[in-house]
Formats: sequence, structure tokens, C-alpha cells
Amino acid sequence: MAEQQHGKAVQTTGHAWDGDLQEYNNPLPTWWLWTFYASCVFAIVYWVLYPTWPLGKGYTTGIKTITFEENGKEVTTNWNTRARLIKEMQTGEESLKQKAYLDKVSQASYQEIVNDPDMTAFVNSMAKGLFGDNCAACHGVGGTPAMIGQYPNLGDDAWLWGGKVENIEQTIRHGRLGYMPAFGTVLDDAQIDALANYVLSFSEDTVDSNKAAAGEKIFKSEAAGCYYCHTTGATGLYSQGSANLTDAVWTVADVPGADGLDAKLEAVKGVIRNGVKREMPSWSGRLSDTEIKLLTVYVHGLGGGQ
Amino acid sequence: MKFSHESIEINAGLMIVLTMIAISIGGLVEIVPLFYIDETIEKVEGVRPYTPLEQKGRDIYTREGCYLCHSQMIRPFRDEDMRYGHYSLAAESQYDHPFQWGSKRTGPDLARVGEKYSNQWHVQHLKAPRSVVPESIMPNYPWLLENDLDYSDIADRMRALKVTGVPYSLTTAEYQANVEKFGKETADQLNILEAEENLLAQAQSEDFDGDRARLTEMDALVAYLQVLGTMVDFSKYDEGYFAEFR
Ligand code: HEC
Ligand code: HEC
Ligand code: HEC
Repeated sequence: MAEQQHGKAVQTTGHAWDGDLQEYNNPLPTWWLWTFYASCVFAIVYWVLYPTWPLGKGYTTGIKTITFEENGKEVTTNWNTRARLIKEMQTGEESLKQKAYLDKVSQASYQEIVNDPDMTAFVNSMAKGLFGDNCAACHGVGGTPAMIGQYPNLGDDAWLWGGKVENIEQTIRHGRLGYMPAFGTVLDDAQIDALANYVLSFSEDTVDSNKAAAGEKIFKSEAAGCYYCHTTGATGLYSQGSANLTDAVWTVADVPGADGLDAKLEAVKGVIRNGVKREMPSWSGRLSDTEIKLLTVYVHGLGGGQ
Repeated sequence: MKFSHESIEINAGLMIVLTMIAISIGGLVEIVPLFYIDETIEKVEGVRPYTPLEQKGRDIYTREGCYLCHSQMIRPFRDEDMRYGHYSLAAESQYDHPFQWGSKRTGPDLARVGEKYSNQWHVQHLKAPRSVVPESIMPNYPWLLENDLDYSDIADRMRALKVTGVPYSLTTAEYQANVEKFGKETADQLNILEAEENLLAQAQSEDFDGDRARLTEMDALVAYLQVLGTMVDFSKYDEGYFAEFR
């Protein structure tokens, strides 16, 4: 800094190091000083507008600036992120746009939604997001799971619990428990082998036909009782969530992934021996009625909805 | 020595101490009032300390460093609300030591993951995430199923947490206070003297890891994950109620 400022000699801070090392005591630059004053003014305005100073068990909340609606009444509160969120959900530009559609969808019947291309487009784009956030971890992106066995494929035409919109809505709202008892200790190996041949006879023509015929008898016998749940025709019951065994679509037994007849038989035998217990969680507590409706339309459209 | 400008400037030790004091004042003014302002913790029903089994699970969660990729704090923004559910309340982590709020989200926020998925899914996903979510970059944790749960230290663990203010009970008076505050069923779970029995009973009550016969680390971790974010019933409150606390 200059030794001379505005013609006056500049003062030093008054102390000296190492004998003669001194420090100038220059005044603060004007621009800096004004910025400082301006920030003081800003701070005071801030104290008025926002929550700031702690006072004992409370604090200064600032003036009331956020208005939202609650139970039909208008509520005005001090600035805070929670009130701001409520307001944004009620009157934000994006929320209003979305709400207009959501209201329309929540009042429309499933048939009306499907017939209206505008609504269908909205439902599919929003439900795709919902599906990704909530369902894809099990059912896979787009409804096709990572592997056969744990979670059913929602993209095929086969339904465990029915593919009508009412069935799908019921499944999502209340969840499902897919249950088949384990027969490993009830039936012997020869019986299980026969049953597996019978089950595979619907989709494979290389199975041992004698064994398959024996398996059919066991399937329809009281001893095994497969037909209680799967029906005598082995086509399954939507009310039980029991898989259709005749349609060559596999949801638990990984038959398509098995190489050769023996491996396919093993896959089916595994299911008969160990049984099945799979849980589809209930979503009524986490998702709103409208969200469940969106997902129902979306899932119905993924595979062959009925 | 006379206390002057010069004595601070030529004394590095003193300078450091005074600088630290000056900076701490800024921090203290921001943090300390939160401890005595009445409204910091919202008044809601349902929040309770973790049961012994859940607490063991929580310790495994911190041991495995799950917090390095997962936060447990849903912020009050529209996008977070739509994806994860209701924003987190301070009340919901009042018994968390250490808290798991975090800000690093390599994976999704877990503050409300409880009851979202089945136990079966959690077990499979923790053992081999890519077997259910092929795109996942979460590491495999196969040892959780292999390791027996060591719960010998659970009573000491609860004693330590009690020192930090978590209301686990040792005396009859403390137990009675818990009965009043949380109800008998929960108060029983918070009794340090019965920690091991409670832990074993809870592990028996539900099939967490797919094998009831064995008590593994997976049992504890899944029990913990399934309780996250489920304690408060938000349908009981108007949205504006929580805004009153800020
Ligand atoms: C924890 C894993 C899991 C999650 C998450 C999950 N599901 Fe499922 N879902 C299942 C299982 C398991 C089944 C099969 C139940 C059975 O075996 O009967 C199933 C079955 C279904 C079915 C019936 C399929 C049929 O063939 O009848 C539908 C529809 C469905 N889920 C939709 C959804 C939707 C929509 C979501 C997201 C809101 C979702 N699921 C989330 C595990 C899950
Ligand atoms: C209590 C009812 C019940 C009985 C009894 C029963 N099942 Fe099942 N079975 C089911 C259900 C439900 C499923 C579908 C499970 C799921 O999707 O979660 C199933 C699935 C199967 C599958 C797998 C189908 C696939 O697509 O992967 C086979 C194979 C099967 N059953 C064979 C049998 C045989 C053989 C018997 C007799 C030994 C039998 N079941 C008895 C309820 C039953
Ligand atoms: C390297 C980062 C990383 C670590 C460490 C990690 N995760 Fe994850 N986690 C992820 C990612 C990425 C996902 C999303 C993909 C998926 O579902 O696997 C995820 C998903 C999850 C989910 C499903 C959340 C949802 O709502 O779909 C759970 C639960 C979970 N992790 C639990 C854990 C637990 C418990 C641990 C510690 C044992 C852990 N994670 C460690 C990255 C991580």
C-alpha cells in the first residue's frame, strides 16, 4: 500500500518486529465498508422475515408469510420448509398441472381411461415412475423380473390371481400370499418323479408317458391332493393363486432356464418337494387410492390384461 | 505480560486457542438452542426406542457401513415426498445414537423402507443384490446369513445407550415410567434386565431370514430394516400440525 494516502502520512499499527519491521494501519477500502453496512441491513431484514434468534424455549419466528389451506380454512404461518412444501403441493404450478390429471383419473372408470389417449399417456408416464420406485425391486423394470422363481412376470399373459382390473387392483391394495405346501416328506421320490413327468407332459412331448399317466393318478388322488388347488385339469384357480400348469408359462419352476429334460424335471420336482411361499406386500398403507389406480391400469397394460 | 494486540500476534499457541474460541461461538449459537427450544422435537405418538433385536440389527447396519451409500432422512421437498413418502421428523430419530441421517445417496433413502418389501426380498437382496435388481451396484453381504448373531453384549449396549438418554429401564421406577409412556408391551422390550430373553423371543416370533432354527446377523438386520419409518401413523395428523414446530 502507498505510504501516502490523500496527502497524509499513513499510520502504523505501532509495534515493531525484529527491530524495524512495521505494519501500516490503512483505513478499509470504501467499497468494502459499504458492503459491510449493506450486509448489516440485510441481516435486520432477514430477522424480520425468517426464523432467527433463539429466545429461551422459543425463538423469533419472523412474520407470517406462507399461506396454505387446511380443513377448508386458510392458515398463515411463518416461513419454514414444511409449510412451503404444503403450499407447493397445494398450489405449485407443477402440482396443479398434475392434480388436474389426477382428479380426472380418480373419477374416471377404467374403461374411460383406456379409451382416452390423453389420460392413458398421463397414466403410463406417472405409473412408470411409481412402478420403478415401488415395484421394480421385485418385479423388475417393466414388470419382467431378473429370474424365474421369486417374483412373477407381470409382462406375460399368465395370471396367478386374475388379470381383470378388479383382480389386479385387489392384488396391489391388499397384497397376496402365494402358498403351496412342501410335499418332500409326504410323497416318495418315485411319486414326485411321476408327478413331475405329468406336469411337464403339457409342454414337453419327450416325457415318459407311463410315468406321466401314473403322475396324473397321483395328482387327482386324495393322497397328494394337487387337484384341490390346481383343479383336476391342472389349469389352476385364480382364487387360490395356484399356477396354471398346462400353459407352458412358468412362474416358480425355472423350466425355461433348464437344459435338457432331466434338468427340467428337476426344476419341477424342486417345487413339489419344497413347496412355495411368496409374499406380495400390501400397498394400501403406502400408496393412495389414485396411485393404486394408476398402477392397476399400467400393470393391466403390461401383459395381456383380461 | 501485558495483554495486547502484540502478545496475541507473537504467541502462536494463544492465537490458535483464541481463534478456536471465536469460531466455536458461531457453531454453539447455531446448535445449542436446539437442545432447549421446546419445538425441536415434534410431539407425536408411536416413536419408541429400538427393541434389543432391532438394536443389534442397527449395530450391524453401522458396522457394515450401509450409511456410506444410504441416507435416512427424507427432506421436505415435493420430489422426495413423492418418491419416499412423508418427510422425516426430528422425533423419529430422537433415540438414534448415532443418527443415520447422512447426505450421501448412492442408493435410495431408507428412512421409510420398513414394511415396503418382504423379509424374503431383503434376505435375497442383501445376499446378492444383483439377483433381484440386475442394475444394482450394492455390494453382496453373504456373511450376514452365515454369521450367528452374537448377542452376548446386548445388555451392556443398552446400558451404554441409556447413558446417552435412551429410556431403557433398569429399576422398577424406570420400568413403570416406560409403561406409562409407551404401554406395557413396549416397556417390556425396553427392560435391560430381560434383554436377551426379549431378543430371542422376537427372533422366534417372525421368520426374518428364512430359517427359524438359526439366529443369524441377517435376522437382526432385517428386523431393523422392517421397522424403519413405520412408528408414526401419519394419517392421525394434519399436515399443518408438523409445520407448527418450525
Ligand atoms: C417384495 C416384493 C414385491 C414387491 C415390492 C411388489 N410385488 Fe407384486 N408380487 C410379489 C410376489 C412374490 C407376487 C406373487 C404372489 C404369489 O406367488 O401368489 C406378486 C404378485 C403380483 C401381482 C399378481 C400377478 C399375477 O399373476 O396374478 C401383481 C399384479 C403385482 N404383484 C403387482 C405389483 C405392483 C403394482 C407392485 C408395486 C406397487 C408390486 N407388485 C410390488 C412381490 C412383490
Ligand atoms: C394348497 C394349494 C396347493 C396344493 C395342494 C398344490 N399346489 Fe402347486 N401351487 C400352488 C400355488 C398357490 C402355486 C403358485 C405359487 C406362487 O405362484 O407363489 C403352485 C405352483 C405349482 C407349480 C409351479 C408352477 C410354475 O408355474 O412354476 C407346480 C409345478 C406345482 N404347483 C405342482 C403341484 C403338484 C404336483 C401338487 C401336488 C403334489 C401341488 N402343486 C399341490 C398351490 C398348491
Ligand atoms: C456401494 C453402495 C451401497 C452400499 C454400501 C449399500 N447399498 Fe443398499 N443400495 C445401493 C444401491 C445402488 C441400491 C439401489 C439398487 C438396489 O435396489 O439394489 C440399494 C438399495 C438398497 C435397498 C432397497 C431400497 C429401496 O427402497 O428399494 C435396501 C433396503 C438396501 N439397499 C439396504 C442396504 C443395507 C442394509 C446395506 C448395508 C448392509 C447397504 N444397503 C449397503 C447401494 C449400496
